[in-house]
Amino acid sequence: MTTWKKEEFDNFETTDVLVKSKELGLKQEQLVDMYRTMVKIRLFEEMADKQYALGKVHGTMHLSAGQEAVAVGTGFAITKGDYLLNHHRGHGHFIASGADVNKMMAEFLGKETGYCRGRGGSMHIADVTANNLGANGIVGGGLQLAAGVGLAVQMKKKEQIVLTIFGDGAANEGIFHESLNMAAIWDLPILYLCENNQYGMSANVARVSAKTPFKDRAAAYGIPGYYIDGNDVLAVYEFIRNAAENARSGKGPVFVEAQTYRYFGHSKSDRNLYRTKEEIDYWKSVEDPIIRFEKLLLTANLINDQSISKIKEEMSEVIDESVTFAENSPEPDVKDVMEWVYA
Amino acid sequence: MPEITYREAIHDAMVEEMRRDENVFLIGEDIGTYGGAFGVSAGMLAEFGPDRIRETPISELAIVGAAAGAAMVGMKPIAELMFMDFVLLALEPLMNQAAKARYMFGGKATVPMVVRLPGGSGTGAAAQHSQSLESILMHIPGIKVVAPSTAYDAKGLLLSAIRDPNPVCFVEHKLLYKVKGEVPEGEYTIPLGVADIKHVGSDITVVTSGIMVQKSLAVAKKLSQEGISVEVLDLRTLRPMDTQAIINSVKKTGRLLVVHEAVQTGGWAGEVMAVVSSSEAFDYLDAPMRRLTGKDVPIPYNRFLEAAAVPQEDDIEAEIRAIVSNKY
Ligand SMILES: Cc1ncc(C[n+]2csc(CCOP(=O)(O)OP(=O)(O)O)c2C)c(N)n1
Ligand SMILES: [Mg+2]
Repeated sequence: MTTWKKEEFDNFETTDVLVKSKELGLKQEQLVDMYRTMVKIRLFEEMADKQYALGKVHGTMHLSAGQEAVAVGTGFAITKGDYLLNHHRGHGHFIASGADVNKMMAEFLGKETGYCRGRGGSMHIADVTANNLGANGIVGGGLQLAAGVGLAVQMKKKEQIVLTIFGDGAANEGIFHESLNMAAIWDLPILYLCENNQYGMSANVARVSAKTPFKDRAAAYGIPGYYIDGNDVLAVYEFIRNAAENARSGKGPVFVEAQTYRYFGHSKSDRNLYRTKEEIDYWKSVEDPIIRFEKLLLTANLINDQSISKIKEEMSEVIDESVTFAENSPEPDVKDVMEWVYA
Repeated sequence: MPEITYREAIHDAMVEEMRRDENVFLIGEDIGTYGGAFGVSAGMLAEFGPDRIRETPISELAIVGAAAGAAMVGMKPIAELMFMDFVLLALEPLMNQAAKARYMFGGKATVPMVVRLPGGSGTGAAAQHSQSLESILMHIPGIKVVAPSTAYDAKGLLLSAIRDPNPVCFVEHKLLYKVKGEVPEGEYTIPLGVADIKHVGSDITVVTSGIMVQKSLAVAKKLSQEGISVEVLDLRTLRPMDTQAIINSVKKTGRLLVVHEAVQTGGWAGEVMAVVSSSEAFDYLDAPMRRLTGKDVPIPYNRFLEAAAVPQEDDIEAEIRAIVSNKY
């Protein structure tokens, strides 16, 4: 049913958040904040789906519910100012890196107040001024740009690193090879994060990839690679933080593959013909990243039923407000359609 | 005659030809259980099995490259790319290999392949999933480019494209998939390189293709009630272009408007105008030739901006009125 084999992971499963957070130097508030951000992402995605169902969205979307731990573990581990290039399933990465959900929801609804002033939509959200170089509609699109961003950072002797997040599907594009090889020969400060949610549209990873895990491919270029449990938020945090340090130290690229699972269909329409209901249910109940972290926090007495409800209510309000903001925002003016084609 | 959709017409052409010719196979992403991004190959896996409904990794370069290789040794692959935009990842095998093999090898190689390309805007898919790139494909000698506007044409042209001994880019407009039209049962073909007059008229010739044929037809019908007689010439094949049909029509009407969704600069409207201006039809012109095309802008996400970026029926109507009344 599933390719989930925990014994193959390079991380140890987090069983005690107090021990683990001490080891990682994370404060208790930060742990709760991680939980809160995961909830926020989940609610944003559910709201996006609802907006779509209501017929308010002209366009497409790719939702990341189920993959929150990858986004949050990563968002908390990287440093402000580092570059981000992610892929079409990018809402969670943006939220975890501190993006404004009002501007995201407005972009999703095509409004002038959105991150791209309604020109890009869900698949092309970017905040270039915050070094967020954008989600990409071309599978593998971020991989090629990352090589150049890494090169520029290196040439200008900056401290930053480049984080590029892509799916398992992108690993089979030709550019995957070219980008990794180039980064390796030039020791570019790139953190490759393969968010392996086990499917590229309807294609199961094992069916379309000759050899997994993909970290073995990184090894072919002499790039250190790790295969981790992407639904264990502290494991993601730990490995991304270490990988980022490594990339920043001038030792060249690092590759992290985080195994996770997508709950919604691939995009707006998907009848899930390529996977079973049992499989989806298993992930939603047993492996859900939010439930898993919540249990650990409860055991450690860092949260209780009351504070959980409070967090959910607060985040729900934030997301509701984003919809209100987006709805009350103006449409772009049609006479500006030719703006920004050239600088 | 039974009515079927444009999508079904393409599906049927593939299925029927695959039953007749074992060398034909389909290769692409998510074409099996998923039925392809637009459902065109739905059900084909069950009939033909995974060898001939060949699902690939997300590897456009390898899909088109492998199709070209297979074609050179006797197969007749149909490669489906999910969106026309992704042909840009596969231009090397298409333009440097498939297009040139026959010529470079002194006429000794043939590359009978079809690349199916769902293109066009209107779905809110934004800049990287909405382009009309046919003008780029037309620029390369050795490639044919076909862009059907109706279910009937889609089926007949696709059969010809599969049987053609050259690489053929088959451009399908996403908004046409649901459009129904009369299609006879059984086998028929439409030759490549032959245009079709979809609406006979005498005041102005509208040369167009794909979805813009449907829009131009709606306008032609409307204007005919006012006595403005519009001839809608559907090129059907963009390369080779049926230049004689263009010349004949312009000689008859004395006016020309070219309409396409692709952006203007370097777009094929210029090619049509060059055909007219360098032929005897030029002497018959009563008005300057005009073109109405997609604006020179990436396709925006917002629905109003998106609609403003490509010609709509109102734009076509206004342009025709301007030309026939000498007010441009
Ligand atoms: C070059 C290119 N080919 C195909 C597509 C269509 N497409 C969009 S997302 C996707 C699946 C990508 O899978 P993966 O990389 O695993 O990311 P996921 O969707 O699972 O997050 C496909 C095939 C595309 N956008 N770009
Ligand atoms: Mg995937």
